[in-house]
Amino acid sequence: MSICVGVLALQGDFEKHEAMLERLGIAHRQVRKVADLEAVDALILPGGESTTIGRLMARYGLDCAIRQRAEAGMPLYGTCAGMILLAKEIVGSQQDQLGLMDITVLRNAFGSQIDSFEAPLPFKPFGEEPVTAVFIRAPIVQSVGEGVEVLSTFEDKIVAVQQGNLLATAFHPELTDDTRIHEYFVGLARKSK
Amino acid sequence: METRETRSINTPANGQESQNRYEVQKATWRVKVGLAEMLKGGVIMDVVNAEQAQIAEEAGAVAVMALERVPADIRREGGVARMSDPLIIQEIKQAVTIPVMAKCRIGHFAEAMILEALGVDFIDESEVLTPADEEHHVNKHAFKVPFVCGARDLGEALRRIGEGAAMMRTKGEAGTGNIVEAVRHMRAIMRDIRRIHSAPEDELMSIAKQLQAPYDLVVEIHQTGRLPVPNFSAGGIATPADAALMMWLGAEAVFVGSGIFKSSDPRRRAKAIVDAVTYYCEPEVLAEVSKGLGEAMPGLDVRKLAEEELMAVRGW
Repeated sequence: MSICVGVLALQGDFEKHEAMLERLGIAHRQVRKVADLEAVDALILPGGESTTIGRLMARYGLDCAIRQRAEAGMPLYGTCAGMILLAKEIVGSQQDQLGLMDITVLRNAFGSQIDSFEAPLPFKPFGEEPVTAVFIRAPIVQSVGEGVEVLSTFEDKIVAVQQGNLLATAFHPELTDDTRIHEYFVGLARKSK
Repeated sequence: METRETRSINTPANGQESQNRYEVQKATWRVKVGLAEMLKGGVIMDVVNAEQAQIAEEAGAVAVMALERVPADIRREGGVARMSDPLIIQEIKQAVTIPVMAKCRIGHFAEAMILEALGVDFIDESEVLTPADEEHHVNKHAFKVPFVCGARDLGEALRRIGEGAAMMRTKGEAGTGNIVEAVRHMRAIMRDIRRIHSAPEDELMSIAKQLQAPYDLVVEIHQTGRLPVPNFSAGGIATPADAALMMWLGAEAVFVGSGIFKSSDPRRRAKAIVDAVTYYCEPEVLAEVSKGLGEAMPGLDVRKLAEEELMAVRGW
C-alpha cells in the first residue's frame, strides 16, 4: 500500500527528514499550506525553533487543520521542536502549539548549545539495540498523562513517548544514518490508512 | 575542546533493569552542525538589548545576534569595533528562549573564549568588527561552541570550514541596506559549487589550488553538490523581497542586521521577513506581507564607499 508522508516545512531541518523518507523509498512532500495537508497520510514536525514554527502555523491556519487531521487519526511524529508543539503543556510558556499529546515538556532542559550532546540510547520498540540520540538544545518530558507510553529515558528523564497515533522524540534521528525510528513511524502510518 | 563522559543508565527495554554502559559526547561535529540545521528556513536578527530581543522572538526569529551596536551604527561611528559587553549578552540571554549568538573579532580567540564561557549558542567570527589578526582566523575546532563565518566566494568559505566553522554566510556589505554584495557573494559560491559538482574527478586538485581551498572539502562538494555545512546569507537584507531573493539564490536561512531595528516599524518588518523566508516561493504571500511596512532602513551605495570603509574585504 503506498502512502505519502508530509513534512511540515515552515522552518527547521525538514530536508533531513525528507532525506530519511527518501532512503526508505517512501513518497513524501513538504507541507507549507493547508492545501498541502490534503495529499498526505501522516505528518512529521521537524526540529527547529518551536516559537517560530508555532507562530507560522497559527498565522497560516495550519494549526487548526493539523489538529483536525490528528484527531481523525492521522499519525504525527515530532522531533525536538515538534515534540514541544505536540505537547498540551509547555512549562512557563504561552507560545502557539498544537496541544495534542498528554505530556508536559520543559524547553532547553539541558542548557545552551555547549551542553548539547549525542549518546546511544535504548528505544523500547527496538529492544536492546540502541539508537544514536542527538540532542540539540533539547526539551524533556516532565510528566505524562494516562495512555502515554514512555519509549526512551536518559538519566531518568523522559525523551521519547507515544500516545496512539502520536510519536515524539526530544532527539533527532534524522541527523544520523539510522532510519529505524522513521520506519517505525511509517509503520504507524500504514496501519492507520 | 572535545568532552567525553561515560555514565550508566537503566534501559526501559522490556521493563527490565539491565545496565547499559554508554558514552555521552558533547561538541561533536554532528552536534555543532546540528544546531545550524535547526536554524534553516529561519531569520537571525541583530538586537542590542533585551527589549529588541523579545520583539525579535515574538516576530518569529530563530535566533538573535547580541550586539552593542548594529552594523549601520558601527559604520557611522567608526573607530575600533570589539566584542560586546558580556553584561548586554547576558541580559539578552535571559530575555529569550531562542538561541543567542554573539560576535568576536576575526582571529581574536580570547574574545571567543569569553563568549564560550558566557554560554552563547553560536559565535560569529565577524568582519563587521575590526579584525584582531590580519593573517589568521580563530582555530574553531578547539572550541565546544559552534562558529559561523562570512565568505565572499567558495574558496574563502572552504578555508573557514577547514578551520572548523559549522555554518557559513555570505558577507554581503553589512550596514548598507544594499543587497548587491550579498547577491554577488551567493552567486559566486553557488557557481563554484556547480562547477566542482560537474567537473571530472581529475580536475579537482587544480580547482582546489585555484580556490586556495582544502582538497578533501572540494572532493566532498564534488560528491554531494552542496556546501559541507549550512549556507546562509547576510549583509544588506532590508526587505521581505531581499530575503526571498537570497533564498531563491541558494541561501538556507538569512541574517538581518540593521535592516529591522533601523526601519520605521521593526515589529511588522521582522514578522514580514520571517514569513518571506518560509514562503519565498509564493509571490502572493510575499505581496501580502510586503504591504505598508513603512520606511526601510536608509541605504548606502556600495560603489560610493571608500576602500577602507568596506567590511567584506576583511578576512583571509
